[in-house]
Amino acid sequence: MDQLVFALLNGTIYGLLLFMVSAGLTLIFGMMGVLNFAHASFYMLGAYFAYTLEPLTGFWAAILLSPLLVTGIGVLVEKFILRRVHAFGHAHELLVTFGLSVVIAELIKMGYGNFPVDYRVPPELRFAAFSISGIDYPFYRLFMGAIALVMFAAIYLLLTRTRVGIVVRSAIYRPQMVEALGHNVPLVFMGVFGVGAGLAGLAGAVAGAFYTTNPNMALELGVVVFVVVVVGGLGSMGGAMLASLLIGITNSLAVGSNLRPADLFALVGQRDWAEQIGGLMTVQLSSLAATLPFLIMLIVLVVRPSGLMGEKE
Amino acid sequence: MSEAILSVQGLHAHYGKSHILQGVNFDVAPGEVVSLLGRNGSGRSTTMKSVMGLVPPSSGRVLLRGEDLAGQRSFTVCRRGIGYVPEERDIFLNLTVDENLEMGRQRGPEGATRWEVKEMFTYFPRLRERRNTRAGSLSGGEQQMLTMCRSLLGNPLVMLIDEPTEGLAPKIVAVVGEVIEDINRRGVSVVLVEQKLSIALKVSNRLCVMGHGQIVFEGTPAELEGRPDVTEEWLAV
Repeated sequence: MDQLVFALLNGTIYGLLLFMVSAGLTLIFGMMGVLNFAHASFYMLGAYFAYTLEPLTGFWAAILLSPLLVTGIGVLVEKFILRRVHAFGHAHELLVTFGLSVVIAELIKMGYGNFPVDYRVPPELRFAAFSISGIDYPFYRLFMGAIALVMFAAIYLLLTRTRVGIVVRSAIYRPQMVEALGHNVPLVFMGVFGVGAGLAGLAGAVAGAFYTTNPNMALELGVVVFVVVVVGGLGSMGGAMLASLLIGITNSLAVGSNLRPADLFALVGQRDWAEQIGGLMTVQLSSLAATLPFLIMLIVLVVRPSGLMGEKE
Repeated sequence: MSEAILSVQGLHAHYGKSHILQGVNFDVAPGEVVSLLGRNGSGRSTTMKSVMGLVPPSSGRVLLRGEDLAGQRSFTVCRRGIGYVPEERDIFLNLTVDENLEMGRQRGPEGATRWEVKEMFTYFPRLRERRNTRAGSLSGGEQQMLTMCRSLLGNPLVMLIDEPTEGLAPKIVAVVGEVIEDINRRGVSVVLVEQKLSIALKVSNRLCVMGHGQIVFEGTPAELEGRPDVTEEWLAV
């Protein structure tokens, strides 16, 4: 039971982290139709920048400054790279962002080495928030979750309550018309791209200290984030949140479970028969955990191709 | 005629390799309603899109109060004072009526007539009742009203209105016609593309008939009525 509580909590917080990264991706995807392969690289840059800044500025300033730096890089990428290839279509955008992600990863390896760096949660934040049956639950996990929630609320209010938000939401569907009504759409795109990159950077700066900061972190997270965006529905912020939590929690529950298909047959008295068959019957759910997000994506695409909350016309 | 507020001179535009506009010339005087007539494919809508910067002109000039806007991005064209009501309506289906109106609100150029949201609701009371509904659930007529109001709130000097009555019930067609006349009375110049000749003749000061991407006839409604040959060659279906 306690284990289940921990698994649910961990899954929720991992889901919230996924949301921080996928929020920007889904906005950019929905609005500009750009499948930004380099999005998770911004997450990685956030972690490395914070790691580099921390000795100079302290932890708090580092996790504030790092996302700002990443925002700046995002703006430059949009203005000088993406905008130029935009006219050539989505395939070119995909290729150019793919190339960018490789360049970023290699630069990181050149600068910091091809191994994890020692970026850690600062001592003053390393304490237990509470404990259940003698097992401590780290405060820092709750801190990460809280940041993601605050961010979700901020984006939500920005998109629904402000003029800029209305412009962004309409530019997702009819950018030409938005521009013809006097809104500087290229500037809006640049801003959204920058903010999206910055949010990923913030996630990296915060989560990099808790998980590991290494040159593969972009690749590892990037794939899952893509799944989140597709499952949630392109361009849907609420969908991204829902899908993030779904995948985070499923993943976390599966990792902690040693359930096997054979156990299901045991319910109808066929355990021995199932054990004899072996193979898939005796595979533990935990070893399938990494594939579950893709299974979810597969099911969602078959049943509801626009995603859980997709509203693309 | 006093000096033109909008002057389109030698406008050429291409869609890929096809040469759609082949030197379009016309002027709009302040306070005038000018209709562009012609068959489908004669270049009326493209002229509007090209003036608006949505289809970049390959050459030619679009002078608004003497300033050349040809080749500018459409947000600049809009901010300088040209409002655009597209044929496709292009309302934002995922936004509410109020939010759609907010999208259109701009300070507008100096000297333009100022418009308020409540005046829009006077023109079209239906929209007031539905201000918090998603625009996607509006009827075709309501969507047309919304599109016109949205552009009007940008306080334009000149409105380009493309096929405003297409697919609308006769009663709403009449309302739309009256609104066009009224905004014109209040100082907005209008360029209208209208399939229904009766409406165009009623609201326009001048008519430009287009064929093969050029203006082939220009004159008052009375002058056009005295030229059955023009009607026969360029307008009759």
